[in-house]
Amino acid sequence: MNRDLLGIRQLSTDQITDLLRRSDGYFLKLNSTDPFPKSSLLQGRTVANLFFENSTRTRTSFELAEKRLGATSVNLSIQTSSLTKGESLIDTVNVICAMKIDCIVVRHNSSGVPQLLRKHLPNYIRIINAGDGGHEHPTQALLDAATLQSKLGALKNKKIVIIGDILHSRVARSNMILLNKLGAKVTLVSPLTLTPKYVEDIFGVKVVHEIGDEIKDANAVISLRIQLERQSRSLFPNLSDFRMRYGLTPLRIMETNAFILHPGPINRGVELDNEAADSEKSLILQQVKRGVAIRMAVFEWLFEVK
Amino acid sequence: MDVLLQNCRIVDPGTGTDENGVDIEILSGVITAIGKRLKSKAPIKDLDGALVAPGFFDMHVHLREPGQEYKETIETGTRAAASGGFTGICCMPNTEPPISDPFVVSFIRAKANGNIVDVEICGTMTKSRKGEELAPMQALFDSGIKMISDDGSAVASAEVMRRIFEYAKMFDFLCTEHCEEPSMTKGTAMHEGRISTKLGIPGYPSVAEDIIVARDILLAEYVGGVRYHVAHLSTRNAVQLVREAKAKGINVSCEVTPHHFTLTDEAVETHLANAKMNPPLREKEDISAIILGLQDGTIDCISTDHAPHAAHEKETDIMSAAYGIIGCETAVGLGLTNLVHNGKLSLMKYIEISSLNPRNLMKLAQIKISVGEKANLTIIDLDKEWTFGSEHIHSKSSNTPFIGTKLKGQPVGVINKNQSWWRDND
Repeated sequence: MNRDLLGIRQLSTDQITDLLRRSDGYFLKLNSTDPFPKSSLLQGRTVANLFFENSTRTRTSFELAEKRLGATSVNLSIQTSSLTKGESLIDTVNVICAMKIDCIVVRHNSSGVPQLLRKHLPNYIRIINAGDGGHEHPTQALLDAATLQSKLGALKNKKIVIIGDILHSRVARSNMILLNKLGAKVTLVSPLTLTPKYVEDIFGVKVVHEIGDEIKDANAVISLRIQLERQSRSLFPNLSDFRMRYGLTPLRIMETNAFILHPGPINRGVELDNEAADSEKSLILQQVKRGVAIRMAVFEWLFEVK
Repeated sequence: MDVLLQNCRIVDPGTGTDENGVDIEILSGVITAIGKRLKSKAPIKDLDGALVAPGFFDMHVHLREPGQEYKETIETGTRAAASGGFTGICCMPNTEPPISDPFVVSFIRAKANGNIVDVEICGTMTKSRKGEELAPMQALFDSGIKMISDDGSAVASAEVMRRIFEYAKMFDFLCTEHCEEPSMTKGTAMHEGRISTKLGIPGYPSVAEDIIVARDILLAEYVGGVRYHVAHLSTRNAVQLVREAKAKGINVSCEVTPHHFTLTDEAVETHLANAKMNPPLREKEDISAIILGLQDGTIDCISTDHAPHAAHEKETDIMSAAYGIIGCETAVGLGLTNLVHNGKLSLMKYIEISSLNPRNLMKLAQIKISVGEKANLTIIDLDKEWTFGSEHIHSKSSNTPFIGTKLKGQPVGVINKNQSWWRDND
């Protein structure tokens, strides 16, 4: 039975801990100034990075992970729109997979695409979800957990606050599932217009709409990107109103010792003021570094089963 | 067509009949004798106690022709209807071109001519379904249209809807609305609720349906006397709005699909785009309200919203997948299993909402099972336990979440227009 990484939901707590542990080894090597020791773990394997939605950092992170493990990787940016009629999604993926592909890394703006592809692709092709709609972004949640653990130790009973656009955020969903599995206490701070209905019940989190004192005793704050391109409707008055209510301003970060995380790219002066983004509590670049390590760990895990 | 149907259970809500062990002699498509142990020269068909009911009618079917023959044709769609136990259907006007002028009506009539299934035709309410100008109602009326609808989308403008009601009232058209407030549902793919939150799929809130139902009821009351019909109603509040409107004497009716009384939004998790419809699958509480509405007569009939789509339009990501499922072939099985066999509705009531009520709304002659009448019959093995599979699909498309569903009760034949279709000869 081949492995896939479709979402955090499908991973057991043991599998999560195992992936985090595996990533530590890679992180040490990535954190060193020595040349990265060549690996042949994925020798002869071909990985296709299928990005149906724009991405620079996630795609680059996957690509580096693949190449450092000795894989051949190919990047495809496929612009789609439900309005433009063209080759169907399944046809596109089948065509690429016919070129002897061992693994696909897929990002799509529609929830459920990795599951759909799993139904249609031959079993030997491993699938990694690199973000599907508002559903899941499992490697982001894993890299966030690895970053948090490196500073906080075990996450059990640690208070993690997630601020911003929960409604559209796959990062929030994967993080909520993962942090729950590791026993952390999650609080969401988001405007009512960006809070999905029943999120407390479904994800077992606390929800508030004002920052208030929530970040004062938090161990870490994950600030989410306001995806301006996804705001097809008016869900908050303007960026300055959003910053006033949910931005990590100098005043707010002065009141807390919490570490600051953000999946990037940052809208400076909106979610994070410079004082927050560049503070010594900011783990943003650590997250990026951990991201490559986590993705290498994921490939190692996927391909250890023949 | 001559046949002696032996050992029938005749249930006819028109006369209140429910009689076992009866034979029906049909000669040249006309009922010539009804009684116990009839002698006849006609070929014998032993029904072994199966139900014989006045022919079922499905008010809401997408035949896709003209324009989208790769999804369905009049021929394949009516075959699906016949094998689903329907002797009559009404086809919806969102074809290409839409049914906005009498030429399209003539085209469909010519193609459906001689078919065992009666094909009624729904015209559009506005020109080309754009929601702006009124459709040519006199011309549609003259070509025999009795129902109009912009199904697929709601008429967004209240002003346009008011004028549709006023103009349509002069023809006594049944004005069927697809109730969806478009500004609230743009870019959505499933019901807004617990499951959409879990899956991160943009949600279509119930209130977007309720708002249009409420608006239209107010407009219908204001205009007075117009016949207003809510298509594929799906929410608990919409049931209540229709109930209250009926109590006030407003001329409103509504229909519900089998999938909306069978499945909830949870089906999206397993069936992905094959559980994507418009309106979307809702919640348990909505199903309970719909069943109550069927019991107390708030809901007038069951319609399938049979919506064929080709595989490549459904086997894709949920945001760009087409809305809807095929429904003719599962309707009776789902209705009997989920309404009748579990005691929610009497068989008599079920037949009333499957045959009598839709024909009344469409202003069609009622079907009588009596000597001298043309035989228009739906024959159902009520206790047949079966699993719905692709072998039961006569539609050109197979977009349905019900493959593998266990059902109790199966249509085994239909008789209409001096023709018959039997499952065992199929």
